[in-house]
Amino acid sequence: MAMMDFITTRRDELVGWVRKFSLFPYPFVTACCGMEFMAVASTLYDTDRFGAALPRFTPRQSDLLMVVGTISHKEAPVIKRVYDQMCEPKWVMAFGACATSGGFYRNYAAVQGVDKVIPVDIYVPGCPPRPEMVIDAIMKLQDSIARERHPIFPFEQPNPAKI
Amino acid sequence: MVYETICENLKDQFENSWDSYGMLVLDLSADKLLPLVTRLKEEFGFTLLLDVTAVDFPERELRFDVVYHLYSSKHNKRLRLKVQVPESKPAVETVTGLYGSARYLEREAHEMYGIEFTGNNDLRPILLYEGFVGHPLRKDYPIDMEQPIVEYRK
Repeated sequence: MAMMDFITTRRDELVGWVRKFSLFPYPFVTACCGMEFMAVASTLYDTDRFGAALPRFTPRQSDLLMVVGTISHKEAPVIKRVYDQMCEPKWVMAFGACATSGGFYRNYAAVQGVDKVIPVDIYVPGCPPRPEMVIDAIMKLQDSIARERHPIFPFEQPNPAKI
Repeated sequence: MVYETICENLKDQFENSWDSYGMLVLDLSADKLLPLVTRLKEEFGFTLLLDVTAVDFPERELRFDVVYHLYSSKHNKRLRLKVQVPESKPAVETVTGLYGSARYLEREAHEMYGIEFTGNNDLRPILLYEGFVGHPLRKDYPIDMEQPIVEYRK
């Protein structure tokens, strides 16, 4: 028998390793951070190197919601619905200062951070964040996905729902 | 040139006029607005309404300035009109009959400052949502008061 015919591993590690390199982002772009998102997604920095470059323009096919820009109170029901439409497993990235904390907006219109409405897995501060920071955030998110539990069989206890 | 002609021909239509960085500003009372704008449009070619907004002076008895910016494509001149209205009855006549663009601008001034535009019966909010209480650009609106639609997470 050849030496490398089979390997042994933990099931969660294998599934996590598969999932972390097939992130399908849904860019929810509302503001100027979108320019930075385009820069980081396209050739020069290229999130495709991390398996997270193929944006799906429907939340039903994506598993990484990137909230790029300011969320206003009028928009909060929309992003709530977009999040609810995504299938498990799903992760959320708050991209930029406004999505993280409301940024410099403290008024009647701006939601003070998108985590008031939906759960967020990773925050990228900065106004706008550097592409290196976004790439770092994607890599950190991949690390945390690799460490997560991944219940894939029907008899397994599902992860606690993120609401 | 056209500024002098306006001040000369229409001087009974406004109360006060001054020069603001090269632009003519006219103060007038609310009842004179519509006749003055009509004449400005017909006689002086002020065919473009650039903006309708308001300014809040909480300490003043006539609390709000309703501000109109007009542009004359004939003379390449701009003009600012200021109408003072009290808080108890912040109402001016609509100019939607003269300028179609006033429909959106008046809706915005209505939701942000609570100015009533009599004759404009479509003053639904544009930027705000149904159920929003108050007028956020008034000085007495608390600067950090939020009115969320969706329930916040615990």
